[in-house]
Amino acid sequence: MNWAWIDSQWPTIWQEFGQHVWLSVLPVLIGLLLSIPIGALAHRYGWLRPPLVTLAGLTYTIPSLALFVVLPGLLGTKILDPINVVVALTLYTVALLVRTVADALDTVPDDVRQAALAMGYRPVRQLLAVDLPVAAPVIGAGVRVATVSNVSLVAIAALIGVPQLGSLFTQGFQEDFATPIIVGIVGCLVLALVLDLLIVLAIRLLTPWQRAGRIGRRGRSAAAAELAEVVGPAEVIG
Amino acid sequence: MNGVWTFLSDGANWVGPDGIWTRIAEHLQYSVLALLIAAVIALPLGALIGHTGKGITAAVGLANLLRALPSLGLLTLLVLWGLTIVQDNPDIPARWGLYVPSILVLVILGIPPILTNTYAGIGAVDPAVRDAASGLGMTGGQVLRKVELPVAAPLIFAGLRSAFLQIVATATILALVVTLGGLGRFILDGPKSPVNPYGIMAGGAVLVAVLAIVGDRVIAAIGYAAISPGLRSNGRPGNRRRRPALTTRNDPAALAEVQQ
Amino acid sequence: MITFDAVSKRYPDGTVAVNELTMEIPSGSTTVLVGPSGCGKTTSLRMINRMIDPSAGRILIDGTDVTAVPASRLRRGIGYVIQNAGLFPHRTVLDNVATVPVLTGTPRAAARREAAALLERVGLDPALGRRYPAQLSGGQQQRVGVARALAADPPILLMDEPFSAVDPVVRTELQDELLRLQADLGKTIVFVTHDIDEAIKLGDRLAILAVGGRLAQFAAPSQVLAAPADDFVAGFVGRDRGYRALSFTAGDGIAVRPEPTIRIGDVPTGADWLLVTDDDGHPRGWVDAAAHPGGTPVAEADLRLGGTLLGPGGSVRTALDAALSSPSGRGVAVDADGRVTGSIRAADVFAVAERTARDEPGEPPVPAPAVLSKDRPA
Ligand SMILES: Nc1ncnc2c1ncn2[C@@H]1O[C@H](COP(=O)(O)OP(=O)(O)OP(=O)(O)O)[C@@H](O)[C@H]1O
Ligand SMILES: [Mg+2]
Repeated sequence: MNWAWIDSQWPTIWQEFGQHVWLSVLPVLIGLLLSIPIGALAHRYGWLRPPLVTLAGLTYTIPSLALFVVLPGLLGTKILDPINVVVALTLYTVALLVRTVADALDTVPDDVRQAALAMGYRPVRQLLAVDLPVAAPVIGAGVRVATVSNVSLVAIAALIGVPQLGSLFTQGFQEDFATPIIVGIVGCLVLALVLDLLIVLAIRLLTPWQRAGRIGRRGRSAAAAELAEVVGPAEVIG
Repeated sequence: MNGVWTFLSDGANWVGPDGIWTRIAEHLQYSVLALLIAAVIALPLGALIGHTGKGITAAVGLANLLRALPSLGLLTLLVLWGLTIVQDNPDIPARWGLYVPSILVLVILGIPPILTNTYAGIGAVDPAVRDAASGLGMTGGQVLRKVELPVAAPLIFAGLRSAFLQIVATATILALVVTLGGLGRFILDGPKSPVNPYGIMAGGAVLVAVLAIVGDRVIAAIGYAAISPGLRSNGRPGNRRRRPALTTRNDPAALAEVQQ
Repeated sequence: MITFDAVSKRYPDGTVAVNELTMEIPSGSTTVLVGPSGCGKTTSLRMINRMIDPSAGRILIDGTDVTAVPASRLRRGIGYVIQNAGLFPHRTVLDNVATVPVLTGTPRAAARREAAALLERVGLDPALGRRYPAQLSGGQQQRVGVARALAADPPILLMDEPFSAVDPVVRTELQDELLRLQADLGKTIVFVTHDIDEAIKLGDRLAILAVGGRLAQFAAPSQVLAAPADDFVAGFVGRDRGYRALSFTAGDGIAVRPEPTIRIGDVPTGADWLLVTDDDGHPRGWVDAAAHPGGTPVAEADLRLGGTLLGPGGSVRTALDAALSSPSGRGVAVDADGRVTGSIRAADVFAVAERTARDEPGEPPVPAPAVLSKDRPA
């Protein structure tokens, strides 16, 4: 480790870290906002689900590197424009979360859904007031996976020259110098873990009922959420 | 899309040391080897954790840590070290200096999904089934082999497929190290080509996608053969609201596994 | 009044769940839809609040077609209780109960205050209001479900096998609670069950459905037991129907014989069972004088607990049970304050039962009293 280098480059590193933060977080936020209505539609209208899920699956087989290169042509942006990265990662996030949202809504116990209907909820209000809160733990698990993997994916954009922590990898590689690479890896790890922690915290705040000590039988959604927590939704789903 | 067709339909692009077949072979070689190694590490570990119920927290932490490791950073770092090591040790084949790091990066990518799905699948086995098995006089190992693993098989195969998709898609970045090749070469070099730059690059992406889909289908087929018919479908006929299917059958959706 | 006017339901797959159902469910009383699994009970019930739309026919509430108002508004005026309560796991018990009032615009604070009062009403400690549903027992959850359905004070309450997921002891408690509540509230309750005993206990009227959604009989429970409309009904109410019908015969005619009693601390004499009471005359248990060590006083530990008690207004069925469940073979009769008035013997009960059966061969014992003489706690 060359500490002197780190010292001298600190402002640049810090700037790249900041870049990395918003490039990873923004797509998750936009992706989540888009996935909720789409996932709810897929959940509600059974016929929409297979095409949407297949589309999401196909999106996943597109290598991120290819997306970073193709998007400027499609969007009319410059190749170095960070927008490309945001759009690409938003696509991946939506692809992951649409399915998670639809499956999370499946875990809302039928009793609960029927009870809400019988009490006179209209569809949109029921989605917002009952279904989504009950499904929140599973959706949250999906958001965690999406966020952590975004942090790693953003770095790949360095191959096309968009500056962020990944730039340290290409720089170190070209200069045959390990220090920047190690700094970049540590930066990514720290960022991923901090973001993950923040999401866990947010989920806890949003779902106080999840932690309520349980007496008697446990709800299905609680068990499903627990499974999703350890497995990560996409894998449970598969 | 025309450019893609121009690139893929020209037979000359398929042959030779830089041809499509070579790249596919390289890509597949890295991916399959990495998947196998990841499975050899993660399956027994996951089975042990799931069977004993011990070390779940540690396993969750490990899986999250591996997920958070940036593949590109890992690749560049390991290649630099690998090259230094082969330089200092002439008896190690020089090729390994590149080969081992690249496989390692992909293995690390493949471990989390397989590990977590294995122990979650085994952990999700109905305790009554497990009790019944020991009640029949099975030893711990027998319970694991004859009951837990078969019951967990759908989830385990889902994990393998998820791992494979991530590995295939990420193997494109191996092209960063020129001599490693793989389909990523088309994506990385295509834009620099004087003729049909876009077609070469997009063609490479299409090839990766096709490889991913075909490989996924193959693993799904193996899984279908390996999973007991009793576990293949868990929805009663006419039961519209199924639980998230854990099986691999009839599931085009399987492709929606995480790529990262 | 809820009117089914030639209502049919055919599901898209061709299953005919309900076939030309016509019936009138009277207001202010409990009507139980009972029948074997798959006979269309749930379907019929859910057509009332439009959770399911009929394929043919009309359903009217007090003369107004249910399709005349938007479904969501209709439903807010109809309470609905289901098997596993369907409580919202993400809301506290109090907020669960307050759901409909909040939906219809009651300020949250006011809705919560009323919810707390309702919890008490269904026999729950209002302190439970701060808990989440997962922290309640199954029976408590079901009570919350009932409270939630009552929160907007709807005139109609639909209940779909609400008590079938709890153990028998709790189920009995919940049934008694419902009877008590209904005595106060006088709602129009439509209750679905496949348990004929539950139907007889709770229903003022039974609608017995046969598979394929055919209404086989619509009558008071006593009538169904005494005069099943057809073989299907007879088969459904079962072999015990003669015994069950005893529920509807008042036990007043049974001879109550004097029963000597002793107290704790007395020395039992003789060779028979002796009834032990407390100082106020409430029965405590039986002691077998023959087996009791001579000359020693009766202690708490010597008591064999007696069986059920026959109170005023009790039915012949209760009387028989009291006699058969007592270790001495003599059932204990008590007055309204629970003080021993004497004892009854199985043979005397049989005599009354036999006389009733002979007097009314298959005839209903005149509609109204049948309902009144049921074993309801006063
Ligand atoms: N959505 C549906 N699609 C097709 N058939 C259905 C549907 N719902 C119910 N059925 C069928 O309609 C018939 C009546 O169903 P319903 O749920 O009303 O019965 P039930 O009397 O409530 O039975 P249980 O006592 O088992 O609850 C059954 O044969 C059932 O299989
Ligand atoms: Mg039913």
